[in-house]
Amino acid sequence: MNQSQSEKWMTHGEAGLAVFFSAAAFLCMIAAAKALDAAFAFHASLGAAASLAAAFVIFNRYIDRPAAWPPQEIDGRPNYNFGPIKFAAAISVFWGIAGFAVGLLIASQLAWPALNFDLPWTSFGRLRPLHTSAVIFAFGGNVLIATSFYVVQKTCRVRLAGDLAPWFVVLGYNFFILIAGTGYLLGVTQSKEYAEPEWYADLWLTIVWVTYLLVFLMTLVKRKEPHIFVANWFYLAFIITIAVLHLGNNPALPVSVWGSKSYIAWGGVQDAMFQWWYGHNAVGFFLTAGFLAIMYYFIPKRAERPVYSYRLSIIHFWAIIFLYIWAGPHHLHYTALPDWAQTLGMTFSIMLWMPSWGGMINGLMTLSGAWDKLRTDPVLRMLVVSVAFYGMATFEGPLMSIKVVNSLSHYTDWTIGHVHSGALGWVGFVSFGALYCLIPWLWNRKGLYSLKLVNWHFWTATIGIVLYISAMWVSGILQGLMWRAYTSLGFLEYSFIETVEAMHPFYIIRAAGGALFLIGALIMAYNLWMTVRVGEAESTALRSPVALQPAE
Amino acid sequence: MSFWTRHQILEKNSIVLIVGILAVIAIGGLVEITPLFYLKSTIEVVDGVRPYTPLELTGRNIYVREGCYLCHSQMIRPLRDEVERYGHYSLAAESMYDHPFQWGSKRTGPDLARVGAKYSDEWHVTHLTNPRAIVPQSVMPGYPFLADTEVDPRTIADHLRTSRSVGVPYSDDQIANAVDDLKAQADPDSAGADGFAKRYPKAVVRNFDGKPGMPTEMDALVAYLQMLGTLVDFKLYNEKANLR
Repeated sequence: MNQSQSEKWMTHGEAGLAVFFSAAAFLCMIAAAKALDAAFAFHASLGAAASLAAAFVIFNRYIDRPAAWPPQEIDGRPNYNFGPIKFAAAISVFWGIAGFAVGLLIASQLAWPALNFDLPWTSFGRLRPLHTSAVIFAFGGNVLIATSFYVVQKTCRVRLAGDLAPWFVVLGYNFFILIAGTGYLLGVTQSKEYAEPEWYADLWLTIVWVTYLLVFLMTLVKRKEPHIFVANWFYLAFIITIAVLHLGNNPALPVSVWGSKSYIAWGGVQDAMFQWWYGHNAVGFFLTAGFLAIMYYFIPKRAERPVYSYRLSIIHFWAIIFLYIWAGPHHLHYTALPDWAQTLGMTFSIMLWMPSWGGMINGLMTLSGAWDKLRTDPVLRMLVVSVAFYGMATFEGPLMSIKVVNSLSHYTDWTIGHVHSGALGWVGFVSFGALYCLIPWLWNRKGLYSLKLVNWHFWTATIGIVLYISAMWVSGILQGLMWRAYTSLGFLEYSFIETVEAMHPFYIIRAAGGALFLIGALIMAYNLWMTVRVGEAESTALRSPVALQPAE
Repeated sequence: MSFWTRHQILEKNSIVLIVGILAVIAIGGLVEITPLFYLKSTIEVVDGVRPYTPLELTGRNIYVREGCYLCHSQMIRPLRDEVERYGHYSLAAESMYDHPFQWGSKRTGPDLARVGAKYSDEWHVTHLTNPRAIVPQSVMPGYPFLADTEVDPRTIADHLRTSRSVGVPYSDDQIANAVDDLKAQADPDSAGADGFAKRYPKAVVRNFDGKPGMPTEMDALVAYLQMLGTLVDFKLYNEKANLR
């Protein structure tokens, strides 16, 4: 701690990472030269450029930084590490808007197919994974990384573990997003929904994710509080389970180490089961457990009330992570998956309703004694409405997992509507609420630039969601019924294309709903930007010691 | 010590908490997935199912690349209307050599599990190039570039070899002749057509896109579409044969 300038040494992390990135740059250049397909050559070149930049930045930072490590505490208060969090929070807004915009484009393509332009890079089949990955993994993922790094520091009352490691996680994760997204446009995909990136992107994500787990865990280990706060249980379950799911679903053998294409180890029925075990728990642990952690920290914080029930949160936690894992087979009802597995999937999906609503009640009832704040604080309203949408989506989910209901709803837009009531209403709103809290905290601002704009965001987005999900309910149920309609003579009443034609008006309404949601997000981006640029600083007495940190 | 006090052990020890989480999330997956690898009833034995020919596999990879599975399922459920609209319900054996599976989850367009041999090659080529030329109300993107792109035969043997490593039973003969077979399937008059017919009995040999020369991506994709669901002869299939 008290080393003088002359005793400055590279840390093991700095030296190790510098060597790692230099080697990676070299390997990537070889890969780019030997590449069998253009997409792989492009990705290898990106890898080489990023590795070189990383090595350069590490050396540059070493030269500029003082010899001493940043202090763990300043004046008895933890010296929180906010740099990587600021980056993740800011880029999540960017990815969110990009993801919503691509969503609007593909929704419009379904209404007006000319928008596919008959080009490989702009067709629905390549843009749809770009949309889902951008909103789930790029927007949602960065929100989760930002909030988890913030919450774990605050609730453990210590500085984030690691020096370069948190930056490695944040930048490495976004590099993965870049590889995945450009890959989809170039036709690089293994076609497993929500796990489309090819083998080399999967390998890179594994390295980043293990580092993420270690940073989070080591921060827990050195905590100053005796108890691990409930939000951190959910973050931990999210990080660990996503690692397990990723490894289980993605083992693949590349055709060549110099090419992008691989063949997945699992085939047919087993591959389907692995995929939906993964797919449903990407919902359960990425989009639910992770965001429930946000609920458990940000709602109490914003409402200035304690979590409603400690015991309910214990039951909620263990019940939801135990039951969720079983629910995957409800994506495979009436398929060639054995019946016993389908029945298990349905049974556990129905049971899942209980812990889901237990969690919802725990979140909503946290407002006991503070309900009046809903009238004055649109950010809290956004957070609370997100929990209400969570309750709605987690009631609809078990309903749709019942085999008879599923025989109607499966393969239709009802599923799309269900996903979006969860994704836009729950994940979207809870993320927006968290960002509205987080940005002023991170940049040391008294409050948001404009609460009025938050109100505008709230209503634009809410109307957008209502348009979206009602259009999808009608189109989904309508098309499901048309597929199974018979004439009085016992013939199928509608040809397939007649059911496609019937969808047209609803696809337009859905696109309009998506456009409103996108406009809401743009309002948020402006509001957050102005908060950082012109917002009034928090009084100096409360200013966090972030300014005293060495440049990063 | 009450349950709530005991729970503090987990709350105060991050490693114990991790072990607890891992144990709890392992159970469901283990119970639902592992039996699928050893229960014989998971995949019944059915005559006719064979690995894809090199051209079909190339076509399948184009199907994957373009994200066709996002709008077309390949899984006919045993429901009256589906069986009447699409044909016999799908059997697990019919996708046993699929790495990855292509069952899909959404039908913006119709199911394709048994689309093979339902339409002519010319229909497919016209439809893939401009869907609205044949079906005015269609919302499918057009894929005119497929007909202009020749398939790359350099790595096809490696594709077969890799598939074999993950469990698809390609023979040495099939791997050694992969490039010839790739070209022969789209060229009935070529010298390799006989050898191809021996290695892949009953596989269709046609000039799918109607153009001479090296097979295009259109040839490959149409070859794949035309074989979908045609491997099992349901006149001979006995659905009671696997009951125990």
